[in-house]
This record gives sequence, C-alpha cells and structure tokens, in this order.
Amino acid sequence: MPPKVDWEKCDGCKGKDEPLCEQICPGNLMTLNENNKAFCRPYRHCWDCMSCTKVCPVGAIETRIPFQIGYHGAKLIPMMGTDTITWTCQDIHGNVTRFRYKNRTDED
Amino acid sequence: MAKELPKSLDQVETKTVECDLLIVGGGNAGCFAAYEAKQVNPDLNVVIMEKANIKRSGACAAGMDALNTYIPTWDGKTPEDLVRWSREQVGGGPIREDLALSNAQELNQCVEELEEWGLPIIYDEDEEHPHYRGSWDISIHGEQLKPIMAEKAMDSAEVYNRIVATALIMDGERCAGAMGFGVRDGKFYVFKAKATIVSTGGACGIYKSYTSDGTASHHQTWMCPFNVGTGYAMGLRKGAEFTSMEQRWVAARTKDYCGPVDTVSVGYKAKMMNAKGEYFLNERYAHLGGDKAPRYIRANAPMEEWREGRGPTYVDSTHLDEEQCKNMLTDYLNERPSFVLYLAANGIDPTEQPVEVYGSDPYIVGGHTGSGYWVDMERMTTVPGLFAAGETAGGNPNKFVGGCAAEGKLATRGAIKFIEANGDVNIDESQVEAEKARVFKPLFRGKDFDGLTPEEIKERLQRLMDEYAGGTSQFYRCNEEQLDYALKHIKLLQEQSGEYITASDLHELMHAHEVFDRIDVAEIVCHHLKGRKETRWSGWQTRSDYPERDDENFNCFVETRKNPETGEIEVFTRPYERIVD
Ligand SMILES: Cc1cc2nc3c(=O)[nH]c(=O)nc-3n(C[C@H](O)[C@H](O)[C@H](O)COP(=O)(O)OP(=O)(O)OC[C@H]3O[C@@H](n4cnc5c(N)ncnc54)[C@H](O)[C@@H]3O)c2cc1C
Ligand code: SF4
Ligand code: SF4
Repeated sequence: MPPKVDWEKCDGCKGKDEPLCEQICPGNLMTLNENNKAFCRPYRHCWDCMSCTKVCPVGAIETRIPFQIGYHGAKLIPMMGTDTITWTCQDIHGNVTRFRYKNRTDED
Repeated sequence: MAKELPKSLDQVETKTVECDLLIVGGGNAGCFAAYEAKQVNPDLNVVIMEKANIKRSGACAAGMDALNTYIPTWDGKTPEDLVRWSREQVGGGPIREDLALSNAQELNQCVEELEEWGLPIIYDEDEEHPHYRGSWDISIHGEQLKPIMAEKAMDSAEVYNRIVATALIMDGERCAGAMGFGVRDGKFYVFKAKATIVSTGGACGIYKSYTSDGTASHHQTWMCPFNVGTGYAMGLRKGAEFTSMEQRWVAARTKDYCGPVDTVSVGYKAKMMNAKGEYFLNERYAHLGGDKAPRYIRANAPMEEWREGRGPTYVDSTHLDEEQCKNMLTDYLNERPSFVLYLAANGIDPTEQPVEVYGSDPYIVGGHTGSGYWVDMERMTTVPGLFAAGETAGGNPNKFVGGCAAEGKLATRGAIKFIEANGDVNIDESQVEAEKARVFKPLFRGKDFDGLTPEEIKERLQRLMDEYAGGTSQFYRCNEEQLDYALKHIKLLQEQSGEYITASDLHELMHAHEVFDRIDVAEIVCHHLKGRKETRWSGWQTRSDYPERDDENFNCFVETRKNPETGEIEVFTRPYERIVD
C-alpha cells in the first residue's frame, strides 16, 4: 500500500547526504524525482511497513490503503518522540482515536 | 541512487573487502550473530553485507507485538517442553530435535538482552513476569525492535548497507565469502571471509499473493516481500543440501490486508467463525485440539470452510470491550501498523463487527516451518565454511524472534571454531569475473534489445506456482501432474530469464536477481512437494493424489541437492530421530 508524498511539504531532506525515506525503506522503493521530491517506485511494491512515514522529518508522507481494498478518507499519522510514539487514526466516518505509548525504555 | 549508470562492464568498479567472519543479511539472526562475535572475540574482523539499511530491514522492519518463544522457567517449564510443543505444531514430526533443543536452551538470554537494550516488554500487573498471550509468547511494544538490534550490530561489526548478495565465493569445496552489487553505488562487491553466515531470511513471492491481481497492492504479503530466498538460492547453486522445503508456511491472516490473526485469536481469545456463525475449530477440529490445534490446522481450517461453501470466515472479536480493543489495536500498531488503517478505511470497529480472515500465500521460512539448509549442530551447512541461521536454516520450526536470535549466536560460535581450525582462504579470481559479468548483464543489453522485465517474469512464476504447486487459489493442493507441469515451465523460465531479462537501472537490476533467485528456489520447492507422497500438514503441504498421512514411509525428512555441474536435482530422505521423550 503505497505512501503518498505531499510535495508541498517534502523538501528532499535538504542538506542531508541521503534523504531519510530513501535511506530507510527496506525495499529500496523511495527515491527523489528530478525536482528533489520523494516518490515510491514502483508504486505497488510497497509493503506498507510505514518506516518511511515514521522517519520523514516534515510529515510529508502518508501511508494510504489503495481504494481496491479500502475506502477513501481514512488516515493513520505517526509522531515519533525520543522514547514514545503517538498515532492518530481517523476512520472513514470521521472518528478519531489516539494511541500513545513508550517504544523504548532507555532514555538517551 | 548513482546518478550515472555504468555503460559497460569495464566501467564497473570492483571493491574487495577481506574479513574473518562475513554475515550475509543483517536481520534478526544476523544482528545477534554479529553481537555474539564481539562477545566471543572482540578482535575478530566481522562484516555484515545488508541488502537494505540495517536499521529497518527484513521481517522486523515495521516492528513486532510479541516474542513468540520465551520459556517461563519460574513456572517449571523447560527447553524440552518447548521442543515438545514445537513437535506438536508439526503434527509430531519430523523435526530436528537436536537443533530445537539447543536453540531453546539459548533463547531466553536473547530475550533478556533485548530488554536490557531498551525493548519494552509488557508485564502482568504483579510486575514480576512478562505478560503471556499464549503458552510461550510474551507481549512487547516492539515498534523499535529492529533499530534496537541494529544498534548492537553496528557496534559489533562493519555494516555495508544496500549491498545485494548474489553468489557465494568458493575456495574449492569451501565457502570463502560472498559477492554482490551496490544498489546505490553500482559497484561490484567481493567479500572474502574465512567463514560465512547466511541469514537473509526466508523466501516471499515464490507464490502469488491473492491481492496482487487487480489492486495497487502487489506486496500485500505477511512475510517481508524483499526477502526473496537469495540465501537459499546462493547455496543450492553450490550444491548445498536442503531439507523440508515442502513444509511451506501458510497462515490464516486477515483478509485483503494480510494482517495478524494470532494477535486477536490467541492474545484476545477471539474464536474463528464461519458464515453460519459456527466456531468451526471447536466444532470440527475438536479431536485435533480445537482452538489449540497445531498451527497448520488452524491455518488450513478457514480455507476448508470456504472450499465447502461456508465462507466468509472471521475471527469473532465482538466480545472485546473498548479498552481491550484499544490494546489489540496497539499491538497491531507495533507490528503491522497499516492494518489499523485498513480497519479505519473499511469502517470496521472490531468490538461490533468480526474481522474477516483468509489463507495467506505460501512462504518458505525456516524460522516458522522446517524449510531451509540442512545444518549440523554448529549450524554449518553441507558446504564447509557456510553457516545458516534464522529463516535460512532448516529442520527446526517455530524459532521466531527469540529462536532466530539464538541461532545467530550458535552459528557464530560454530563459525569461530571453523575459522580457528581452518585458517585462511585462497580464491581463484576467475569466479569473481564470471559473477561480475552475470550480475551486470541485464543492465548492458542495449536500448534496442527486445527483452523481458523482471516484473513480467516474476508474475509468470508466481501464477505458475499458485496454480500448479499448491497456492492459495488451489486451496494449497497439488498433485504429481501439476508439479511436473510446474517444473517444465520453471525450466523455460530459467532459460528465458537468463537470455532476455533487462534492467534499466540498479533498482531493476536488483529485481532481476530477485527473479533468478525465486525461480531457483521454486524449482526445489516443487521437487520437495513431489518427494513427499502423502499429506502430512494439510495446507502447509497437501497432496490431493495422496490425501492420507503415511507414517510408514514418510515420518522422515525429504531432502534435495542440486548438482552444480549438471543442474540435476537429487531427492532423498533422512530419518527422523526422536531425542526428547
Ligand atoms: C509481519 C511479521 C510479524 C511477525 N511477528 C512475530 C512476532 O510477533 N513474534 C515473533 O517472535 N516472531 C514474529 N515474526 C517472525 C520473526 O520476525 C522472524 O522469524 C525472524 O525475525 C526472522 O529473522 P531472520 O534473521 O531469519 O530474517 P530477517 O530478520 O528477515 O533478516 C533477513 C535480512 O537479510 C537481508 N537480506 C535479504 N536478502 C539479502 C541479500 N540478497 N543480500 C544481503 N542481505 C539480504 C534483509 O534485508 C534482512 O535484513 C513475524 C514476522 C513477520 C514478517
Ligand atoms: S523524508 Fe520526507 S522530506 Fe525527506 S525526502 Fe522523504 S518525503 Fe521528502
Ligand atoms: S511503507 Fe515501507 S515498504 Fe512502503 S515505501 Fe515506505 S518504507 Fe518502503
């Protein structure tokens, strides 16, 4: 299920040697186009592991369920803290749920 | 991505790295293998060759919600008990009890190390012991599991990320390292090593996933679709022996989105239910254990309901209250986060509506079932100097996170002994040049070449395996004639892929090699399925022409070995030895 990149927000990880989404994807799927905006190639090869979505420093990536298996309008947004993660989920009826918990026990 | 692609073979730079111990695949087993090397001998020069980035690679990339094997010793449980349980999961055998026992003796310590390194383990209210969701599996908030393991591996070894292994290097009969290419820098890499551990995970995408047609989700698979069986393929091309490749791992997963079912069925006591509202495990499979029946039975049962006209099938989660449901969704977020998005995108509230389940596509994964290299107690394969750990090592199912970690350590200890006894390697460089030419060939066919894309060939292979070698569309069944048909076409796929495959960039070159590897693994899978002329693990292995279990002839391991010179595949058996009472 392919990530959708908001090209208004994506700055190509300016100043970094390697864009973070490109660095992290276990399938080598994320890369930059000629305008230095990230995209997923090929679109349907994504494993929906959400590693790219979690790592993007500007929140430009949204994981989407393709319409063939899920209706339009749902969202799942992760926010990474140093030792916690917060997820915000919105279903197709507009109900919002939030999940927040520790994902690391060491605090450095 | 390298901005300029090389235009011919002589423009491809070769980089040679020498080390004592090479680990191919820095996943769960590979990270622990590296960590152990540092503990045993800090002076050892250890290198990890990793296809992705070690921080988020392989099966654990998204995280985990449980560690499936941790022995509650305070309850009087022993490693032998775990082996007995594992044996039950494969219907009483065959299973390599020697390997299983040594893993079981090692794995608790690995789990405790993970906790020390910062992995949050969930404790019961009394705070004394971890929370068990079943008999052996403990709950974790494992979103960071892979980065935590990777940090230890990076402290212990030199990690080369984004290097795709393609072949082993040989010093006569002995493995002397591995070769591959940089999917970012376009270089050819030669890693010479005194011992090599292959821990590249299992093989996904040998079979078609049923969501791959007609959706934008070609990789809606449970196993990591970027682990394609390269570790097996590299060894089989050098004549290594393989065991139990017919024992494929198939699981009941949530439908359309291949998400976890044990989380809800075991962890939250939700029962599987058919369209008629019957809890079919307890009603139809009570004599085999009902809800606690072995894994292969629980995997196959919903598909039997569908086949007999009682689908759709569900896990009935409607008994959950809001808080339990939130805990369950948290588990999902730790393991397959986008399943929560799938539920939201279908407007499913599991407290009000059961969650639909269906059978997954089959995988070859020796951390789950028995498929993989035949190894000795040191985890050395039949190729001297080549060790296997995790999903790549066969004969010993139900390893999961703790067992794969334990096996990484055991393989390292075996490899270190081997290095001490055998010393340096000598390499005939002609094999390096030949492999380099093979690796880059698809990139240099020229613009006007009338070739085939890796994707086309992969899809043909996946459909072939699905329809003729017992995939999901066939309810996992196959017979002798279907398998012969599959093998005939695998030969054609081998020929045509070698002759016509083209790649337009390094990413596609990686796909080209993934296709070669998948085809070679598929070939031995078919030979194994042909070799077991009985039905022992319905779903995992179903022969429609031999529907009964035949203990007299088949309570043994089915083995294959490919002759590297002739390409002939020899099929034979090895006896099952019962060690634990
Ligand atoms: C979605 C999912 C959920 C699971 N849930 C649980 C659970 O809750 N509890 C549990 O105990 N177990 C669980 N498991 C099982 C467990 O994760 C695996 O059994 C175990 O992690 C496998 O370890 P491994 O080291 O063999 O493979 P992996 O960890 O997959 O490592 C393989 C490594 O090899 C690399 N690689 C592959 N090909 C090449 C190549 N050609 N060259 C170089 N490197 C390569 C990969 O990038 C990867 O880093 C789950 C598995 C999956 C997929
Ligand atoms: S991580 Fe985010 S900002 Fe960086 S390149 Fe990717 S999408 Fe753009
Ligand atoms: S979700 Fe995972 S597989 Fe998909 S593009 Fe992002 S990192 Fe890659």
